[in-house]
Amino acid sequence: MSGNELIWRIAGGSGDGIDSTSQNFTKALLRAGLHVFTHRHYPSRIRGGHTYVEVRARDQPVKSRGDGYNVLLSLGDSFARNPQEEAYYGDEETKPLTENLDELREGGIIIYDSGLLDEDDLSADFEERAEANDWHVYPVDLRAIAKEHGREVMRNTAGVGITAGILGLDLSYFEDLMRESMPDEIFEPNLAVLEDAHEQVAEMDHDHDIELPENEHENEQVLLSGSNAIAYGALDEGCRFIAGYPMTPWTEVFTLMNKHLPKFGGVAEQVEDEIAAAALAIGASHAGAKAMSGSSGGGFALMSEPLGLAEMTETPLVLIEAARAGLSTGMPTKPEQGDLEHVLYTSQGDSNRVVFAPANVEEAYTQTRKAFEIAYGYHIPAIVLYDQKLSGELRNVDAEFFDEEPNPDLGATLTEDEIAEAAHHASGKFQRFKHNVEDGVSPRSIPGQKGGRFLASGNEHTPEGHISEDPKNRVAQMNRRLQKMEAIRDDLDANSSHQTYYGDEDATYGIMTYGSQQGTVEEAVDRLRANGHDVKMLGVSDLMPYPETDVRSFLESVDECLVVEMNTTEQFRGLTQKELGEFGPKLSSLLKYNGNPFEPAEVVEGFEATIDDTEFERETARFQPAAGD
Amino acid sequence: MSAFNAIGQNREVDQNEFTPEIEPQATWCPGCGDFGVLKALKGAAAELGLDPEEILLVTGIGCSGKLSSYFESYGFHSIHGRSLPLARGAKLANPKLTVIAAGGDGDGYGIGGNHFMHTARENHDMTYIVFNNEIFGLTKGQTSPTSPKGHKSKTQLEGSAKDPLRPLSMSLSAGASYVARTAAVNPNQAKEIIVEAIQHDGFSHVDFLTQCPTWNKDAKQYVPYVDIQQSEEYDFDITDRREAGEAMYETESALYEGKVLTGRYYKDENRKDYQTEKLDRGSMPEQPIAEQYFDEDHEWKRSHDLLDAHK
Ligand SMILES: Cc1ncc(C[n+]2csc(CCOP(=O)(O)OP(=O)(O)O)c2C)c(N)n1
Ligand code: SF4
Repeated sequence: MSGNELIWRIAGGSGDGIDSTSQNFTKALLRAGLHVFTHRHYPSRIRGGHTYVEVRARDQPVKSRGDGYNVLLSLGDSFARNPQEEAYYGDEETKPLTENLDELREGGIIIYDSGLLDEDDLSADFEERAEANDWHVYPVDLRAIAKEHGREVMRNTAGVGITAGILGLDLSYFEDLMRESMPDEIFEPNLAVLEDAHEQVAEMDHDHDIELPENEHENEQVLLSGSNAIAYGALDEGCRFIAGYPMTPWTEVFTLMNKHLPKFGGVAEQVEDEIAAAALAIGASHAGAKAMSGSSGGGFALMSEPLGLAEMTETPLVLIEAARAGLSTGMPTKPEQGDLEHVLYTSQGDSNRVVFAPANVEEAYTQTRKAFEIAYGYHIPAIVLYDQKLSGELRNVDAEFFDEEPNPDLGATLTEDEIAEAAHHASGKFQRFKHNVEDGVSPRSIPGQKGGRFLASGNEHTPEGHISEDPKNRVAQMNRRLQKMEAIRDDLDANSSHQTYYGDEDATYGIMTYGSQQGTVEEAVDRLRANGHDVKMLGVSDLMPYPETDVRSFLESVDECLVVEMNTTEQFRGLTQKELGEFGPKLSSLLKYNGNPFEPAEVVEGFEATIDDTEFERETARFQPAAGD
Repeated sequence: MSAFNAIGQNREVDQNEFTPEIEPQATWCPGCGDFGVLKALKGAAAELGLDPEEILLVTGIGCSGKLSSYFESYGFHSIHGRSLPLARGAKLANPKLTVIAAGGDGDGYGIGGNHFMHTARENHDMTYIVFNNEIFGLTKGQTSPTSPKGHKSKTQLEGSAKDPLRPLSMSLSAGASYVARTAAVNPNQAKEIIVEAIQHDGFSHVDFLTQCPTWNKDAKQYVPYVDIQQSEEYDFDITDRREAGEAMYETESALYEGKVLTGRYYKDENRKDYQTEKLDRGSMPEQPIAEQYFDEDHEWKRSHDLLDAHK
């Protein structure tokens, strides 16, 4: 397995404070010098229902969730109880414990709240399983500890105190974090609970082999989610306008921007629907703001109409698509990569747009910045496609990474002086959509500027913007708009290719993936290589224009390649074959679409099955052989 | 020096400055009421001394949507029903622009109905002109939301079973702070109303009765109209919501009985426009967003300032 690591899972009902508790726990581990990564699992329900968060900590950077976990803090679902009568409803209360056991590793630790859960409530086989798996079980009356100092909701804190005690993690980290985030009247009783719980550990017998990894960070670290990074990338790129409509998981970016934009001199708008949201962003962009909007699959479907308008009028626009499991409303809180084709091709006509798919927190930041740079530099919509997984997972990054200058440059936009001198103004009319410029980009003016007036029209139009069905003009305009894609491809190739190569350059076998699955595949590659496999990975993060050169040279260099993606219809593999026009017989697919992202072990098994031609047995993932097999 | 020197000149402007090289005859039929809107708008803009380059005219799709092609200013000919959200985004990015949105009754009251309601509710400082010809013109004569009950068309072969929409009452209840109805057959009133609408701080809704001689041969707009401000029969306080509501109700019923009533219906000068509301709450910058990019002294905050919360 993977050396010394802690994977702590906190489980309970939604609304029980699992999120905030796990965030503090993650920060405490980070402050203790460890590398951390979180994986969130929650149902589409506000209160109650089974939810957990896993925190993985190691002495080296963590790129993915692990396979299973080794410490469980089971809080019980307080919302499964009727608060008045304190009556228990069925077995909801035992679920946080029992439903999590399948993934608990041998030798693992279980802490559960005996104040909520009688030993008698546990099924007979619990003890057997515990024994067979060498699990170390610690029933503690967390509820009583919490109640003694005030309110039952502090069970979380008690649970954290016990975990820290058992693992030998210094309490001061939690004390600091609580002091920073809680008002005094809440902090004091919580501190009392924490200390009380910790003292109980001293009286407990505990013997287990799990050790907290040790590490010290050389540079200052920050803990960020993919959504944080997207919002921060947008702010640093000078985005000062956002319009949106809530939809999980896009809401995370949207609310972050709502929080920060007013302080940054910008405007955030929650509007009536997603059509309006994208239209407001286009209006703002046209009037001279760096603007964005976004949604998740269903809301993005509504945006396909304004998206086409932005393409036709060459209005810069950045859209975020935070995918979740479809079809239709699908599974609102579960990740999937099923929206790729939707994002690439939606909208009528020969549409053209730029699509990026960040693989991790760092790329979420850099690619969002790049999306603005391209959108404003080339007057084209740029979409950042990510998913529910990357949206919510937290990871530590060097703070230095974000020490970047803001970029308020509006891109290919003229000042009034430049308009007066512009060659394409010589006709006396501002030729906003002039045909023959080198990279297809015809610099724009902004309403209110002297000398720059023009009509932006979603109908085909002349260089001045007048509606036109003249065949020659049509061909010239189409060609110019398409020409921009080639220029963008060259620009990306030369300056900022986001593709990630991982593993041994000379390897015979390849794995290809895109977006949020990259970290998991990297970890799988490490394990495969340790098992003696000759394998490397290509993680693709620029989707359109498709990075032809990078992918072609990778595929040429391997005998076979497994494409890993979270959907049923092999959308990424299909895109690759469509764009490159070959390699079909080399590509097989490993697909997962049960609502959970890949675990490294699944990729390992899937890969081994591919090259050994053995049965692939996981019921959660599907193997699709190469075309022509 | 400002980055947007076309804005706020207040010079003497000749109507002809709003005439582009391109001719409306290109797509509008002879006798179309849309010419009346164009004329009224040009007259109003000139009277207000607006520079063509400080106006952003956003239109939807339909014969009405072509207005932005025939009116010389910064323009955005957008998509069916979406002129208002586009206009809102532009106004929020640069509140100094004079923003006018326009479209047809199908465009504004049908496909764009949701946006209409919400733009009125938010009371954005802009003017919205709806060319109400009671028909879908550009798609060749289908029944529109304002077509009378019983209206026959290729999509309503037995006659429409729907009551027509009441646009004036709708915008009043949704929150528009200036509501008027005018008609292409009354050019002087039309110009005056558009002047008032543009001057008004808040969302001004002008339901502009136009005729479509091509598809709506029996349109009421041909019959004599009554200006309610000129007639002694109609005496009500246009700042009183309830009285305005009653006058609208009567007007909207009378139209389908062959009586065309036009004029000012509602004006609320006390209600703050949306941008001012946002400014008061600290959720709108003093300096227009669009200006910030051209201002070399503007201080650009960066996300690094926010990282303490992540340590
Ligand atoms: C999304 C969408 N649906 C339908 C159309 C087709 N369409 C164009 S104009 C129009 C109706 C226009 O009617 P109205 O708004 O009353 O304007 P008029 O032409 O009468 O001025 C329709 C349905 C379209 N362009 N876009
Ligand atoms: S079809 Fe009707 S609305 Fe359209 S231009 Fe002709 S007359 Fe005017």
